[in-house]
Amino acid sequence: MTVDTTLAELSDALFSVSVGLYSLAVVAFCAQLAFGRRPAAARELVGAGAAAEPPAAPEGPAAEPPAVRRYGIAAMVLTVLGALTHAGVLLFRGLATDRLPWGNMYEFATAVVLVAVVSFAVLAVRRPVLRHLGVFVMAPVVLAMVAIGLFLYAEAGPLVAALRSSWLAVHVTTAILGFGIFFVSGIASVMYLLRLRHDARVAEGTAERGSLLDRLPAPAAIDRLAHRTAVFGFPIWTFAVIAGAIWAESAWGRFWGWDPKETWAFIAWVVYAAYLHARTTAGWRGKGAAWVNVVGLGVMVFNLLYVNMVSTGLHSYAGVE
Amino acid sequence: MTVTAPPREAAAPSPPPARPSAGRRAWNLWVRWWRRLTAMRTAIILLFLLALAAIPGSLLPQRSLSQTNVARYFADHPTLAPVLDRLYLFDVFSSPWFAAVYLLLFISLVGCVLPRAAEHFRALRTPPPPAPRNLLRLPDSAGLQTRLDDAAALDVVEEELRVRRFRVVRRQTAAGPELSAEKGYLKEAGNLVFHLSLVALLLALAGGKLWGYEGSVLVVEGGGFCNSFQNYDTYSAGPLVEGNDLSPLCVDLEDFQAEYEENLTASSFTADIRYGGPGEEGTPQTIGVNDPLRTEGDRVYLTGHGYAPRFTVTTPDGQPPLDVSAPFLPTNPSTMASEGAVKLPDLGADQPQLALQGFFAPTGVVQGGILTSIDPRPLEPQVALIAYQGYLGLDTGRPQSVYAIDQEQIARGALNEVGSANLALGETLTLPDGTAITFTGYDEFAALQLSHDPGQVWVLGAAIAVLVGLLGMLLLRRERVFARPTAAPGGGGTVLTVGSLTRGGGEGGERFAGLADELRAALSARAPARPTPPAGGVSPDPEVPTP
Repeated sequence: MTVDTTLAELSDALFSVSVGLYSLAVVAFCAQLAFGRRPAAARELVGAGAAAEPPAAPEGPAAEPPAVRRYGIAAMVLTVLGALTHAGVLLFRGLATDRLPWGNMYEFATAVVLVAVVSFAVLAVRRPVLRHLGVFVMAPVVLAMVAIGLFLYAEAGPLVAALRSSWLAVHVTTAILGFGIFFVSGIASVMYLLRLRHDARVAEGTAERGSLLDRLPAPAAIDRLAHRTAVFGFPIWTFAVIAGAIWAESAWGRFWGWDPKETWAFIAWVVYAAYLHARTTAGWRGKGAAWVNVVGLGVMVFNLLYVNMVSTGLHSYAGVE
Repeated sequence: MTVTAPPREAAAPSPPPARPSAGRRAWNLWVRWWRRLTAMRTAIILLFLLALAAIPGSLLPQRSLSQTNVARYFADHPTLAPVLDRLYLFDVFSSPWFAAVYLLLFISLVGCVLPRAAEHFRALRTPPPPAPRNLLRLPDSAGLQTRLDDAAALDVVEEELRVRRFRVVRRQTAAGPELSAEKGYLKEAGNLVFHLSLVALLLALAGGKLWGYEGSVLVVEGGGFCNSFQNYDTYSAGPLVEGNDLSPLCVDLEDFQAEYEENLTASSFTADIRYGGPGEEGTPQTIGVNDPLRTEGDRVYLTGHGYAPRFTVTTPDGQPPLDVSAPFLPTNPSTMASEGAVKLPDLGADQPQLALQGFFAPTGVVQGGILTSIDPRPLEPQVALIAYQGYLGLDTGRPQSVYAIDQEQIARGALNEVGSANLALGETLTLPDGTAITFTGYDEFAALQLSHDPGQVWVLGAAIAVLVGLLGMLLLRRERVFARPTAAPGGGGTVLTVGSLTRGGGEGGERFAGLADELRAALSARAPARPTPPAGGVSPDPEVPTP
């Protein structure tokens, strides 16, 4: 098996293009946030009982002036274009090496970020009000992509013998899907917590309305987004762990051996199980549950970075020098 | 999981008039603690504890994964390691405190789920509950106007709901007729299946640990092993495994091949083996990475490979030359540079014991006298040898590694270095006393592992049930719909108040609006045509007061 260098270089070039498009999308989402709600704020100044009014909850593009809506649409178009080139990165990697393009950490992380972008884009197309979260999703995406390009990059190459199994398609694909969806869920919970804190400060009088956070969707809507994405991601993650155990049984001689990656996959599963329970338990609902979800995202990222790069275990396929 | 625990009765509010008996008090205390343990809040805390408890197992070396790493940790942290060891931090996953956390969690789970299962079975046998008094207070509600009378309007609603697989019951109350409907019982069933399958999974796991075993052995091409604990280099067995329970299986390694890509990435490792009962001819089979041998109850895995260099040792006392060979362990899997030792305690009555500490390079390059390996394939095999003579200390009772010479014997002066050389195939190192060591070739060896885990099929079954239950629990919706007709204010018709309560799924509003629209359409299709519809006749969602 030889690597087609032309296709591999095309893949690398597309990576830079998609980072560029995502950066532009961030700028456009920023513009949408920054110029949005101005007219509403002006009305509030004019209105007699402005102080007594409940915090303005953005109603979506309908309540926005057309110029701002255009920023939002431009941002969405850039995001989708970025996602297409991003998918091209993986597609051409796969064609260049004639295998599934998730055989090392660079490819895995790139695929996770793609899943996060696509899930956000799907949600934001269906519920335009969620576009106000765009900058907070896409900015971490750009940071993640830059970090992946700088620190995780690995040349296109063939798979090591241990990864040549059809379980690669099942286990790694679902792990990528689960991780990408949890990523969106975790970001939503972070935004929910920021928004709650901001609202509390406004109520105390230590902060004023008019910050970018006021242009987010209502806290309940963000929390619902976090919960629904986690509910979607949890069975996928469960499946990924089970598929991993089945693969481990035929590759390593046991289905579960508390290898560091397995341990952290288990920890993540337990934390997300705790999140789903917390979401419906008095005393944990809202803030407490959101913190659990943020911890879950932390565990997922730790599992990717620390376990692959620092600890030694059987999942040492990072390919990072 | 997305469903809240059923409301628990509050603790008995008023103290009993007389001082209760001791037995009664103990019972009350037990009930109180049991409720506390099985509360959802406790379950969340226990889940957190479980996650926390697993963390040291990934950050500290574990005996179950690598004894060597634990030994190294002890050497690096001589004061800290024994303290950690006393806290079971090198055996986290078999430690009593880890077991305490998950057992409490499972008790809490069972205590929470069993009453819910009983309740669910009762719910399956009882009709949907009566409609709440004020239907407009439900999360989703609507008022529908129709020209039909009470009973006919409810007939239409009942038919529409039954088509949608609702269980429907109609009751006659003091306030008039009403209708209750419910569907989505499988959601709660999924919840129960999920939680009970977790218990089953734990039990299957425990069974596999109790009755399972595994052993590993290095086998040189042409060699073999039979399934017995004495024959393994390392093995671990559950407490209920008896030595004579082991299945009679022998495996011979006939050939081992490693294949590499152009950039020296390993592309495949395969071993041609023959397996069967002791003394049998055996069945040929090729096993490889991701492709073990599966017999009834046992699996044989190819877990590693390496080189075993061969030497011929000729002693000066004129005895016939001795052929020796020892597996060298790979220290670098990408170049297969390997290290090992050959120990010869019995060369002859008047001969000193001989030991060779060696470094094997399948494709060797010597630079400045140092041998390194540049390719995992055996293109230019070379060894670097250091020879020692003296006393090996094998019979002192202190355990020694097979792959290294006991450094203590060297430090003590019992073993002395007597020569060293880099040898290509056929070359000879001659020691001062005339002993000659010739590097004559190499064999390949495979690391084979035999595993027996009677629980794993059950674990798989339980895991699949966990997933099925989870999907049912998270994807299905439990929905209740209530309807109550009242006479329209103007007379000559009925106002039907419909309300709905949904658990799970979210977006209940949209779905209810759809249901209301379809009910409205069905009602107007049934209603007799009327010449002039009064104002607000069949208009959507009119504001209707309820009694």
